[in-house]
Amino acid sequence: MMNQALPLIRRTLVYGALSLAAFLSVFPFLWMVIGATNLSADITKGRVMPGSALWTNIQNFAAQVDLPLVLWNSTWVAVVGTALTLLVSSMAGYAFEMFQSKFRERLFGSLLLMLSIPFAALMIPLFVMMSKAGLMNSYTAIIAPGVASIFIIFYFRQATKAFPGELRDAARIDGLKEWQIFWYIYMPVMRPTYAAATIIVFMANWNAYLWPLIVLQTNDMKTITLVVSSLASAYVPDFGVVMVGAIVATLPVVIVFFVLQRRFVEGLLGSVK
Amino acid sequence: MGKFRLGRSENVYAWLFLAPALTLLAIFMVYPILWSLWMSFQTGKGVNTQFGGLANIYRLTQDPVFLRALTNTLIFLIIQVPIMIVLAILAAVALNDPKLRGRAFFRTAIFLPCVTSLVAYSVLFKSMFATDGVVNDTLMWLHIISSPIPWLAQPFWAKCLIIIAITWRWTGYNMIFFLAALQNIDRSIYEAARIDGVPAWARFVYLTVPMLKPVILFTTVISTIGTLQLFDEVNNITASGGVGGAPADSTLTLSLYIYNLTFRFMPSLGYAATVSYVIVVLVALLTALQFFVARERK
Repeated sequence: MMNQALPLIRRTLVYGALSLAAFLSVFPFLWMVIGATNLSADITKGRVMPGSALWTNIQNFAAQVDLPLVLWNSTWVAVVGTALTLLVSSMAGYAFEMFQSKFRERLFGSLLLMLSIPFAALMIPLFVMMSKAGLMNSYTAIIAPGVASIFIIFYFRQATKAFPGELRDAARIDGLKEWQIFWYIYMPVMRPTYAAATIIVFMANWNAYLWPLIVLQTNDMKTITLVVSSLASAYVPDFGVVMVGAIVATLPVVIVFFVLQRRFVEGLLGSVK
Repeated sequence: MGKFRLGRSENVYAWLFLAPALTLLAIFMVYPILWSLWMSFQTGKGVNTQFGGLANIYRLTQDPVFLRALTNTLIFLIIQVPIMIVLAILAAVALNDPKLRGRAFFRTAIFLPCVTSLVAYSVLFKSMFATDGVVNDTLMWLHIISSPIPWLAQPFWAKCLIIIAITWRWTGYNMIFFLAALQNIDRSIYEAARIDGVPAWARFVYLTVPMLKPVILFTTVISTIGTLQLFDEVNNITASGGVGGAPADSTLTLSLYIYNLTFRFMPSLGYAATVSYVIVVLVALLTALQFFVARERK
């Protein structure tokens, strides 16, 4: 019967389309891992079978890149940047929700308007500011502009709506100061929100490219993202080495994603509810 | 308005909590955006600058490289964003079916691209889309094409490659927002429609899409803002010898042009700031337009 055949065809189409989408989404990851085992010439010839050049590629990578230093640079920027961003931006989000006033509501509204200011419009003045302040080629210059993140402020304000007011009232009756309430009650209670925000901010910091490209000038300061980009921008890139670099750049975030997957997605969603 | 009545000490605390963020925003956002507006009226190169009035805006209209960057950026925007939003909605609707097997697997797989850094996936795409590379090999093996596509060498195909790449990276990200919205929709509406004999496509067009409108607006706005600032991909995938936007500036974007004007050529900061304000104006105009269109249909 038609009525039975139609759902079957539709189901086949849906599964077929989803399988294709899943394959296309995952393939570049497989390609990266396979590529790391092949020589550059084989990679650009589209070899999809694993090869035996993994150790050669790793050695060539190690000869061109001081890996421990680069990883340290990336980790430092990402960890310090994330910690400061979470502290400063969550304090602001907390205050906007907990201490409402007409003026602060208006201020919050103008922050939301500023959310659409593109970084491209800020990068030239920021570059000149950092040069004049003697901060070029420093991690301060990389981290400082992102610490007050309107997006994260907004995110924490939304999440704070679910923070039970009775907890704060009880703490006040017990004589806790406002900063103590924030530090000893709000932050522990909101741990899931902090976890989700950590993932978002850490990922953005770890993956950052344009601003570090402008600020960081010497090789000893460069992050993994910049290293991978410069490996691939040679006239004749050694793609075997590039693949090793891409794995190093991707792996930490992929691990975080798989370990904290539910938080990851919840975090992303919490910001729009 | 009782909720706005605060004690004085609460008011003081509010400002103490806000002070670090507001100070930083003033220094790193408000001041730079105003300064770059002022810069955009300055002409000259390097440190020799003078007030030029609207000279930079005139220069924009006479600058073929700027016009190419603007056209390229708008082409990416107009073609890529709708394709991606449609794909994201379709994937979300398919994954929202509670009877679908392997939902978690499909969702994770399709979401996975957006955990990669833009640079890492760019270099992967660069190697996959080499002339003798795996993508051309596969397409020829499937008899879809008879000779290799010059993805990186020909302007038209280079643009296609950038569009394919961005779509790969961001579809899953947008899908997550649609999935969340779909999960908040009351299923009984669909049951009622099905019992009334409304076919699946009509349920999609007349029930799902209207209910997703706020999310469509949200994802379109953030995608527009993102695409207008496209930089990492065109400076890595379609870069030749370290210079992005190849071949023949066919993938040059506004952000890349600003970068080139500031850091690759003799810096002409005033003019670069003017180009950056083109992005500001475009973001504002397109966001307003999208809100307007969304309101019209209500």
